[in-house]
Amino acid sequence: MATATVTEQRGPGSMVPSSFRVAERVQDTVDTWTLTLEPLEGAGPSIGAGQFMMVYAFGVGEVPISVSGPPARPGPVVLTVRSVGAVTAAICGSEPGTTLGLRGPFGTPWPVEAAGGGDVVVIAGGIGLAPLRPVVLHVLGQRAGFGSASVLYGARTPGDLLYTGLFDEWRRAIDVDVTVDTAGPDWPGRVGVVTKLLPAARFRPERTTAFVCGPEIMMRFAARALLDRGIAPERILISMERHMDCGIGLCGHCQLGPTLICRDGPVYPYSSIARWLEVREL
Amino acid sequence: MPRSLDELLADVPLFEGLGDAARSLLAGCARNVHFDAGDRLFREGGEADVFYVVRHGSVAVEAFVPARGPVTIETIEAGDVLGWSWLFPPYRWHFDARALTVVRATVFDARCLREKCDSDPALGYALMGRFAQVLIDRLQSTRLRMLDVYGNGNRH
Repeated sequence: MATATVTEQRGPGSMVPSSFRVAERVQDTVDTWTLTLEPLEGAGPSIGAGQFMMVYAFGVGEVPISVSGPPARPGPVVLTVRSVGAVTAAICGSEPGTTLGLRGPFGTPWPVEAAGGGDVVVIAGGIGLAPLRPVVLHVLGQRAGFGSASVLYGARTPGDLLYTGLFDEWRRAIDVDVTVDTAGPDWPGRVGVVTKLLPAARFRPERTTAFVCGPEIMMRFAARALLDRGIAPERILISMERHMDCGIGLCGHCQLGPTLICRDGPVYPYSSIARWLEVREL
Repeated sequence: MPRSLDELLADVPLFEGLGDAARSLLAGCARNVHFDAGDRLFREGGEADVFYVVRHGSVAVEAFVPARGPVTIETIEAGDVLGWSWLFPPYRWHFDARALTVVRATVFDARCLREKCDSDPALGYALMGRFAQVLIDRLQSTRLRMLDVYGNGNRH
């Protein structure tokens, strides 16, 4: 994979943002937008699935955002951002032509190549589908290189579901099953927690890699359900989130036990991170 | 060739591990039913004299909320059990149930089943244990949803 190593990212240049121009801005839900950013100089970074960028809205602040576009391909950077505070509101409100600062990519990628040849289960909750979209795109692009593939996606309401316009296209090649926490009578789909989708998912546990991203408590429940289905803990990958400032393992804000999520994560095998999820003081 | 009720019940996760004799007893209280999309399976306040095992399709469990209309609390899919109000007095439904699609289900007569459980405590215990597991699963799902985990956690 043509991504810079963490060591390479830690040089002094890694703290200097590069300028990107908003080329496209698409509203996904009432509070979430997908931005396509083009570099003002060069071809743009090659970003591994699951890696994140530090995105700077000039004069407002900087936040880590996972990349949601096609992985490992130099070019525009695609970010799906939920407006939940001042910085993300400024990013989401950036009209085409606006300049934003980007640092990165940072963090560990989803091991999509290593999952090749086996079955894949993607479990996403809410905005968690955004960091997993590169995994889905990789599987779709290399479809013959995988066995069965399922996307299990849960959100708060039907209006909070991301990328719904893509699901029909995805369903031509993989299984996509969706549920919401609550819905009115017009919603024809499922209502219930995302783990409820797991019993019907088709996969061979001994040959399956699971990719999980969403709220931490959802990931804990999903990981337990995957373990119950017989998937080994080292083949359950989860993407952790903590407050990040520097993105390069210097400030320590994202420390979780012995690990710094920006540097050693955000993607971890459940086998290596599970015990720290249970430490309530962290 | 249509499968017998005994054969159908052998595929129902709820009855996994039950012996042939127990399944035959259950089948004696059961029959197959069909609903079109939009059909109501039961209504809040009505007599809970049955429960269903959904074999095909999807059913919405709903509550009617004044000024909001029907709100879907949970959907029941193929392989799932629908209804437990038949287990305990006053045997009244607490919610509505509406078919979202064409639904094929097996319906069990509650009075018949309660009588068999009373006269065969081993069957009653086995069935009650299975329903307890369903109740626990639904309770845990409900608790998880009460947390509203998809709400805005990060305020940056």
